[in-house]
Parts: sequence; C-alpha cells; structure tokens
Amino acid sequence: MLHIFCPHCGELRSEEEFHAKGQAHIPRPLDPAACTDAEWGEYLFFRDNPRGIHHELWVHSAGCRKYFNATRHTVTYEILETYKIGEKPSVTAAGTAEKKASDQGVTA
Amino acid sequence: MPAIPRGSRAWPAPTVKFSYQEYPLMQRYSGFGLFKHAFSHHENWQRMWRNPTPKPVYDVIIVGGGGHGLATAYYLAKEFGIKNVAVIEKGWLGGGNTARNTTIVRSNYLWDESAHLYEHAMKLWEGLSQDLNYNVMFSQRGVYNLCHTLQDMRDSERRVSANRLNGVDGELLDAKQVAAEIPYLDCSKNTRYPVLGSTVQRRGGVARHDAVAWGYARAADALGVDLIQQTEVIGFRKENGVCIGVETNKGFIGGKRVGVVTAGNSGHMAGLAGFRLPLESHPLQALVSEPIKPIIDSVIMSNAVHGYISQSDKGDLVIGAGIDGYNGYGQRGSYGTIEHTLQAIVEMFPVLSRVRMNRQWGGIVDTSPDACPIISKTPVPNLFFNCGWGTGGFKATPGSGHVFAASLAKGEMHPLAKPFSMDRFHTGALIDEHGAAAVAH
Repeated sequence: MLHIFCPHCGELRSEEEFHAKGQAHIPRPLDPAACTDAEWGEYLFFRDNPRGIHHELWVHSAGCRKYFNATRHTVTYEILETYKIGEKPSVTAAGTAEKKASDQGVTA
Repeated sequence: MPAIPRGSRAWPAPTVKFSYQEYPLMQRYSGFGLFKHAFSHHENWQRMWRNPTPKPVYDVIIVGGGGHGLATAYYLAKEFGIKNVAVIEKGWLGGGNTARNTTIVRSNYLWDESAHLYEHAMKLWEGLSQDLNYNVMFSQRGVYNLCHTLQDMRDSERRVSANRLNGVDGELLDAKQVAAEIPYLDCSKNTRYPVLGSTVQRRGGVARHDAVAWGYARAADALGVDLIQQTEVIGFRKENGVCIGVETNKGFIGGKRVGVVTAGNSGHMAGLAGFRLPLESHPLQALVSEPIKPIIDSVIMSNAVHGYISQSDKGDLVIGAGIDGYNGYGQRGSYGTIEHTLQAIVEMFPVLSRVRMNRQWGGIVDTSPDACPIISKTPVPNLFFNCGWGTGGFKATPGSGHVFAASLAKGEMHPLAKPFSMDRFHTGALIDEHGAAAVAH
C-alpha cells in the first residue's frame, strides 16, 4: 500500500483514497482542427511507459477530490515527490542520470 | 546406473544415447514410457531441451521465452519450415506472465476480429496436448460470465449472439439455471448485486500454464530451435534503418527477422528500438488459497462484482480481479487491490469467507487503449512486435504464436493478425473489447 502526500491537503494519506490517472504533463493540442491523424493518435493513445522515473497524474478522489502530480519510480514504487498542477517536477529522469554521473565523477 | 543421493540437485546424464544433430531429437512421452522409467526410479528422463551456445546468425530471433514466444518458435519450425530460430530469454523459460496467470481459456469475444483470433487459439488448444506430445491439462470445464444488472443481461445476450454468428459456442442462462449449475454461488435475492443470469462458454476452461511453456519449449527444441536463457536483449542493431539482429549482455546475435514478444516489457523494448507503443504496464495480482475439497468445477467470472475464481486439480482456489491503477514494473501491487478482489469472491461465494489464502503474486501486464493486442510490423523493417495482450494473453497463446509465426515467416501479417496492427491507433480502427473483458481493468 502506498502512502501518498496530497499537496492540497498537506497530509500523508493511504493509497485507498487516491486514483492513478496516468501520465502527467500531456499538453492538449492548441489547434485540434489542424491536427493530423498521427498527431491525434499520439495525443490520445501514446503514453510514456518508462521503467524508472514517471511523472503521473493522481486524484485525491476520496479526499479533497483535487488533481495533483507525482513523480514515482515504476520499479520500486517509491514516490519521490508530489506537486500541484502547473508546477514543474524537481526530480526528473534526466536530472537523476546527471546526478549519478557527477556522483560517480566525485568518487572516481 | 549410479545411485543419485536423494535430494541431490545433480541431474543424471541420460542413459539413452541420442544426438542433437538428428531429428527427431525428442523421446516421445507415452504411458509405456512412464512404465519403463518406473524401473529406474524416474531418474533417467531425458532433459526436456538443450542449453545451446548461440549461433552467429539466425533466420528468426524471438525475444522473450514465455508462452507466446515459445509457441511462435514452435510453429515457425513446425508449420513454416524455418528451423534456424533462436528464442532469447533474459531469465528462464515461462518465468514471467506465463507462470503468473490464472490459466483461463475462452474465446467469447464480441467483435469479429478478436473472436476470430481467440477462436483460432481455442481450436489449437483443443488438439494441443497431442500436437506437442505433452499434457497441457487442457480442461474444457466451462467458463461462466455472471450478469448482475439488466444492462449486463442485454450486453451478454448481444455477445452470445455475436459469438454464435462467429461460430463460437455460447449460451445465456437465467438465474435458476445458474443456481442449478453452480451450487455454491450465492444466487439469493439478498445480495447487493443479485445474480440475474450468466453466459457460459462450455468449450472454455483452464490449462496447466507451466506445461504450456514447457511443452512448446520441448517441442520447439526437438525441431532444432535454440532456446537461449539467461541472456538479456539490451538493444537492436540496425543497418540503414533495417534491423539485423539484437545486442545482448553476451554479445551480438544476428537475425534476419526479429520478433519481440516481451509482454510487460514491450514498451521498454520499443524504446530500445527507437519508437513508442501505445501501451502502459501495470501490475496484475492473483492469489491461490490453501487446497480444499472440490467445490468449483468450472470458471466463474463476474464483471460487476469484479472477480473471478476457479479451482485447480490440486484443490487451491485460483483467484484474480483487476489491475492496480498505477503503472508499474515491480511484479507486485497494493494490498487494497487484494482486499477488493477477495471482497468480490466472498460476495459471490459466502461459503469461502474463512478459506485462507496461501500465496499472492503480481505480473506485469501491457495494457493497450482498446484492450486488444498489437501484432504488428513496426517503423523498423524486419522488426515485429507481438504485445499488448494485457490481462488476457494466456488464453491466446497457441493462436498468438501461430499467427505471429506465419507473419514472421512471410514478412507479411497473417490475415487474422492484420486488424491488430499498431496503425489502428492512428487510423482510429480500434477493436474495443473492454466490454468483453471478463472483469474490467
């Protein structure tokens, strides 16, 4: 069972209160009428499915009923951060890769 | 014959001399063989397959040694005459979702495309043990899909009618018939969602999941297929944009065509090949109870109450329900999902409320937006994918392997596989099987 920090309630709550809603940060096409079939397909159906760090949308459905984003590791299931809609994640796959590289640089 | 100490892990060398270069390589299993081996305490059985060193190049490489991958290799060798085939598996054969599913086989899907594909599999199931010379314990004990609302009844009647038009057997039962056929099911009016009826596919049932992988592996090996275990594919080598083989943690292996059958890891493999798939990987959990006396002689599934149950020959109740909502590669899920699953089972079978669960586990399922598989060419020539089976791939194992083998042999998709191209997510020609999923995911 995950424990999830709701950034709206400011509390750590049980996973039972939440619903996962899939990948976060998917921009809606600005001019839908101008989209090609391929672009519509990408927008509707194609999602990131990383083995590692994933930014995803959650809703506190049995709590404040507000949406927020979480950065979670899809193998360890560790939740690295939660943040409100419109904010940028502070933990990213690229960022951790860089940190790893620099850490290794220091030890080497 | 030297005595093997009891409990020893050493495998005795086969006393019957055979050559791997000869065909047929395989000792056939039979009642007589069982009798004969009894005289040597069953210690001289031939190994089921070789452990070969990879050749530099193969006609076809299959990535993923689960049921679907092994079936593909078997049909390539047997039906399409392509014997220079390798199956590359990062762990051991049949150790992923083949080892983790709830073994249900049925073909009562709503839409023509999927009904044809799953019925193709069902027909192969019906002769599979004989074909493989391996008892896959396919038991056509009947699969019930319960209806708890008027809308369930309407949808089920539609589905049964559609099935019959496609040559798939199906019957619609009313509550009284259900109560007579499934005695321990709570069909009273006092439940929250009373049982109003059920569909039943009597040709549906269960099979021994591990035996399916082992049977295909043994038969494919006998036809000359190399089963290469403990070898992980870490990339695809391309020349002028065309796939020419796979990079593994043990070096490069060339392949004229490559078929990827890696279930939950398909999205990751597509990433290595440089394109995206419309898949999301989720944990799907299942449980078995302690063994009890025979109580359930069929497979019972309920979409509305949301769970399904059957009983193995050993006596354990085999139980499953929906996926965990979040993406995950961890082969485990959350306790909340298990609790919901067991609530549904107790709602259907109050008599089971005090049965203890023995084991619980999770597999990684690759779910597609329309709950249908992707059997397809990819943007990379000579690289093919067979994935997206999501929560219901086991039942399709023979059919999936057969159509994928045909497609790999010809380089063109088999007519039954064509509608399942990944193009459909751009053209919009989806095959929406969420309605025929036995439990919603």
